[in-house]
Amino acid sequence: MTNFIQQIVSGLASGGIYALLALAIVLIHRSTGVINFAQGEMATLSAFVCWTLMDHGWAFWPAFGATLLLSFFGGVTLQAVVIRPIQNGPLIGIVILTIGLLIAINGLDTWIWGGAAKQFHGPFSTAPIRVGGVAFSKQDLGVIAVALVAVVLIGALFTRTRLGLGLRAAAVNPVEARLVGIRVAAMLALGWGLAATLGAVAGVMAAPSLFLEPNMMQTVLLYSFAAAVLGGMDSPIGAVVGGLLLGVLLNLVGTYVHWIGGELRLATALAVILGVLLVRPSGLFGRTALRRA
Amino acid sequence: MSLLELRDVEARYGEIRALHGVSLTVDDGDFVALLGANGAGKTTTLRAISGTVKTSGDVLLEGSKVSHRTPEGMARSGVAHVPEGRGTFMTLSVLDNLRLGAWVHGNASPRDLAHVFEFFPRLYDRRAQQAGLLSGGEQQMLAIGRAMMAKPRLLLLDEPSLGLAPLVAREIFGVLGQMHESGTTIVVVEQNAMLALSYAKHAYVLETGRVVLGGEAADLRQNESVRRSYLGY
Amino acid sequence: MRVKLIAFVIGVLVLIVLPFVLTDFRTVQLATVGAYFIAILGLDVLTGHSGQISLGHGAFMAVGAYTTAILMANHGVRDLWTIPIAAVVAGVIGLLAGVPALRLSGLYLALATFGIAVVLPTILKKFDHFTGGSTGITLFGKPTQTGHGAGIWGMTNNQWLYALTWTIGTVVFLIAWWLLDSRFGRSLRAIRDSELAATASGVNRAKYKVLAFGVSAAFAGVGGALFAINVAYVAPDTFPIQLSLYLLVGAVVGFFGSIWEPCSVRC
Repeated sequence: MTNFIQQIVSGLASGGIYALLALAIVLIHRSTGVINFAQGEMATLSAFVCWTLMDHGWAFWPAFGATLLLSFFGGVTLQAVVIRPIQNGPLIGIVILTIGLLIAINGLDTWIWGGAAKQFHGPFSTAPIRVGGVAFSKQDLGVIAVALVAVVLIGALFTRTRLGLGLRAAAVNPVEARLVGIRVAAMLALGWGLAATLGAVAGVMAAPSLFLEPNMMQTVLLYSFAAAVLGGMDSPIGAVVGGLLLGVLLNLVGTYVHWIGGELRLATALAVILGVLLVRPSGLFGRTALRRA
Repeated sequence: MSLLELRDVEARYGEIRALHGVSLTVDDGDFVALLGANGAGKTTTLRAISGTVKTSGDVLLEGSKVSHRTPEGMARSGVAHVPEGRGTFMTLSVLDNLRLGAWVHGNASPRDLAHVFEFFPRLYDRRAQQAGLLSGGEQQMLAIGRAMMAKPRLLLLDEPSLGLAPLVAREIFGVLGQMHESGTTIVVVEQNAMLALSYAKHAYVLETGRVVLGGEAADLRQNESVRRSYLGY
Repeated sequence: MRVKLIAFVIGVLVLIVLPFVLTDFRTVQLATVGAYFIAILGLDVLTGHSGQISLGHGAFMAVGAYTTAILMANHGVRDLWTIPIAAVVAGVIGLLAGVPALRLSGLYLALATFGIAVVLPTILKKFDHFTGGSTGITLFGKPTQTGHGAGIWGMTNNQWLYALTWTIGTVVFLIAWWLLDSRFGRSLRAIRDSELAATASGVNRAKYKVLAFGVSAAFAGVGGALFAINVAYVAPDTFPIQLSLYLLVGAVVGFFGSIWEPCSVRC
């Protein structure tokens, strides 16, 4: 029983990271219809930036804050400069572009920081903490807390602010949004900036346990895709619920189904993706997606 | 004093030229109807005004030429365009839709919202509902409500009666009439020429991208060719 | 058409001359390039012509490569005979994959195939009794290799590999050319440009999309088989997600829906 609860908590922690990245993916997909295959690599780059700041003597939280800011502007710039020109072009072009970004950013990371794994000293100690007689990792609890705060803040931004209203409107009906005076192009760029920021949180939270190297977020990306698909590619709530659910599910399945164990964790995520896409493409919370004819 | 003037405006969709040189004038405080058959260029004319489609020729707002027009820019200049199909933000709530109408003024003031709800009590009942769940008539009311929140100088409406029962269409035009009396300049594109001409002060008839007839609504109502082609008697 | 024929002949002549001009090592490098070329041809049929975006074509290469490796290492099959077998095996799996793929549009198909490519190495490692696990299967020195020992018509081993790969590559290219010029190709392109219009014109969308998957997988299977023969070693980590991504980039840059876009760009 103890193990069961521990698996759930650590599942929520990894699930929190999946939820953050999934939220970023959904944000971009909702507003621009693009699946950003480079989201994971962007998060890795953010983690590297944070590491570099700390390597230069910065304490964690200031470094984290600066990284979030830089990631935000990076995302905005990326959309405005790279994505916007081809956004309305053929699908294959957009896919190739995000794939190209994936390859390019991965290469950039290797070029600047090398391929060897680095130790990333997160803000939370790895020492266990006992709650009600069960030992939990402080790091896990910390990650869950940070993920929750990030999600709540983003949610508040979208639902309670004028800017959030504009972002939502631009995603739902860009033509009409322009007619009411919203600068849709700017909103889309902002969306990418916010997505990059969420990715940065995910990357920095993941780095202590995954070890910082260029391919760090590759598997996380797939888990996040699974979470986004499970929740419904256009539903932010779905992304968060999907992420947490998936994290717990993978932990439990990995622990209690011996044939799957740790080796087929990725395959389980793939099974979720294929299962949902083929059986119920709108996921848990999404609306039925329209096919591009 | 003319609020809006189009001089020889041409517009094309790719290779197809939709407007072949449209010229018209809208005075401040006027109620103008744009009539014509399907494909005559009525919708395109509105799009030309709001900057949704690229044009050559001149569009003057209050006497000054507006070049490099974008929909956002025109909205900021006080032009509210309610497109064909109403342009509803389907998955947002009715309240959010109305708030968006006030975008160019910053945050939506509760007083303006209350004013809209006075006009359209049905919208108040459904204010938390998703706009996509509203009936056609209610969505049209929502669209006009959104336009009211913008407090525009110039209100452009594309086929407001489309798909609505005759009674509801009359109701809509009644509201437009009231807005006009409060001082809003209105340009409405309508297939239902009878309805439009009973409220408008002036009207233009478009055929294949050109203005073929223009004048006071009362005169057009009596005009032989208008009666035969668009009024059915 | 005349221009294409002339270009083709020149291309073949260049291919014939190259191994005599280049070093032995470069020759075998080019041979491996040939294997990728065939796989990319397949991807061009699938993505370029039928419009189904696949980010996982490396998986079909892996199927072909492992078919060859397992047959050569465990069943004593001569490498040449494994090539058509690899084509069939990969082709069948492609046809099977094409059926559920019908239900996935555009981006979601890309996502699904992306997932398959990412997971592929783990699956190859998991079924290790079959695939040799992480250590993979070594073909070097096996008697089932044809080129080993050299002396075939006076060619070195590497020259033999080059000749084998590019001869098959040329044949596959001609097959692809013929296919894509025929009704098959036209139907594919019609579906790519507008499924609605194509179906209204009587094109059996499902049949052609699935066939496209099968054909392109078969091509990739051949590419994979030749890859295994060239490199003489297969392992799960030889087929990471990057392979599939590079194949797609190669297909788009090299062909982009017309088999005649500069082949040179692919290299």
